[in-house]
Amino acid sequence: MTGAPLIEVEDLRIDLDDGSRRVAAAEGISFRIDRGETFGLVGESGCGKSITALALIGLLRQPLSIGSGVIRFDGREIQHLSATAQRNLRGNRIAMIFQEPMTALNPVSPVGRQIAEMFVLHKGKSWREANQLAVEALASVRVPAPERRVKDYPHQLSGGMRQRVMIAIALACGPDLLIADEPTTALDVTVQAEIIELMRNLCAERGTAILMISHDLGLVANVCRRVAVMYAGRIVEERGSADIFRAPSHPYTQGLVDSLPRLGSRAALGRNRLKEIAGVVPAITNFPDGCRFNPRCANATDICRSVVPTADFLEAGGLVRCHHHA
Amino acid sequence: MKLRANLIIGGALFALAILVGVLAPWLAHTDPVMDANLLNAEEPPSWTWWFGTDDQGRDIYSRVVYGARISLTVGIVSQLINSVIGVALGLSAGYWGGWWDDVVNALTNVMLAIPSLIFALAIMAVLGPGLTSLLIALGLTNWSFTCRIARASALSLRSQGYVQAATVLGYGDLRIMITQLLPNMLGPIVVIGTLGMGSAVLSEAALSFLGLGVRPPFPSWGSMLSDARDQITTAPWLSVFPGLAIFLTVLGLNLLGDGLRDILDPQSRSRRT
Repeated sequence: MTGAPLIEVEDLRIDLDDGSRRVAAAEGISFRIDRGETFGLVGESGCGKSITALALIGLLRQPLSIGSGVIRFDGREIQHLSATAQRNLRGNRIAMIFQEPMTALNPVSPVGRQIAEMFVLHKGKSWREANQLAVEALASVRVPAPERRVKDYPHQLSGGMRQRVMIAIALACGPDLLIADEPTTALDVTVQAEIIELMRNLCAERGTAILMISHDLGLVANVCRRVAVMYAGRIVEERGSADIFRAPSHPYTQGLVDSLPRLGSRAALGRNRLKEIAGVVPAITNFPDGCRFNPRCANATDICRSVVPTADFLEAGGLVRCHHHA
Repeated sequence: MKLRANLIIGGALFALAILVGVLAPWLAHTDPVMDANLLNAEEPPSWTWWFGTDDQGRDIYSRVVYGARISLTVGIVSQLINSVIGVALGLSAGYWGGWWDDVVNALTNVMLAIPSLIFALAIMAVLGPGLTSLLIALGLTNWSFTCRIARASALSLRSQGYVQAATVLGYGDLRIMITQLLPNMLGPIVVIGTLGMGSAVLSEAALSFLGLGVRPPFPSWGSMLSDARDQITTAPWLSVFPGLAIFLTVLGLNLLGDGLRDILDPQSRSRRT
């Protein structure tokens, strides 16, 4: 794609201050998302994907902080913006939805009011107008009888409905970027598919870019055009989502893809053991030198234990950080 | 939802007290201040003088009825001041944390360490007796419990998903506190408020009894008790009826607070829905 990217992250480092010293919870994070593009960030718990998202919207709180690097949104550096300027971006141009639709809505306020508040807050609408717009927003996320539903309280809605309301709130102001942090983890699989479909359609209609964060490689590959895989605070591979399944390049990604049960495979039928990645994720205060995946990697050699691999661009497009990549 | 007896009885007693205060001009038989007639001094309760008369021949019934106005005004207004101060301090301290939290905590501890009546006495001594200074003195000295509760609620609420979601959606701190935190902590605050009203009515009585409250000849329940002290053996009705009024109002407020706690408690709220 041509033109300036919507968001560009360059060599971002996020520090964790544990009182006595600062360790990097994430480092060397670089990626770009174009307007209307869908980009996925995949990794296991604690790999730094969620804090990367928080850094984008300026909500890292002690003990986390941005150590170095640049975040450019729409051509403007935003990592040092004032609190007020960042707040004006949030909800208005960058919106976010969470994994817990059960708790992400205020229990004592009708859902319509919570949607309407976005129009009042960011677009300076009157409450009358905003309430009208809230009905439309609820209709756009395919909630039946929206004029009646706006008066409902969150506990009167099902999980899927609540996540629809969350999407309506997030997309209310027509943001340029929607960050979806595990948006469907708490939902049934069928509802999950509906919500993903809805989110993808709405964003495509409005030209909203999606940054999807998940541990579910399949889900992310399904939604996103490009995927970055994170391991222990670094991006290890960034590829087109079809490529990542077909020909994963980094040993960690290979391990992830291999450990997915395939329908009809011997493992899925219970005849073979499902493959796993041996070992555990290193603790944040105790990352190994060199490539952080080396203690768990079958191909590891001396260089892997001492030298941090640089990003190699692949002929097929994408990049990988591995000394011995395929 | 099953209505509980304490809620009904408490609500009824409190409503009755307010009604009496509001309708005082119609309920009273005589003017509580002006209609003194020494010919009727110290009459015991009878069909003419329901609650008897005092040493100046004033109708105790009328004075108790008018006294409701002052006692309830003091109870309600001073507790409102306390609630506003307590919520403002506690909510902001719990939400922001940091040095502000330390300051508020220290202040709360000081307030809890000094008996509030003593503190109110000191303020009254500076401001002089009178209704306004009574409101100020009681309004400034009983916010620590409200503050503690507001702070604790804010601490637990601020990590709730919807509060964080509001931050992510670009809400400012003040908007978060007012639209997200406050409505969710209102239950316990209201309960503490009604209980506090009861104790404010008592404090008013105590301060008026000590001669620091409402100036004579205007009736308040506390000052009537104070005046009746000398005649407690010869004319016990002088102290019995205002005492009964205080007792019933405070009982009503406590029952009401208890009942409200039962229905505003999130546990029983989820049962209701």
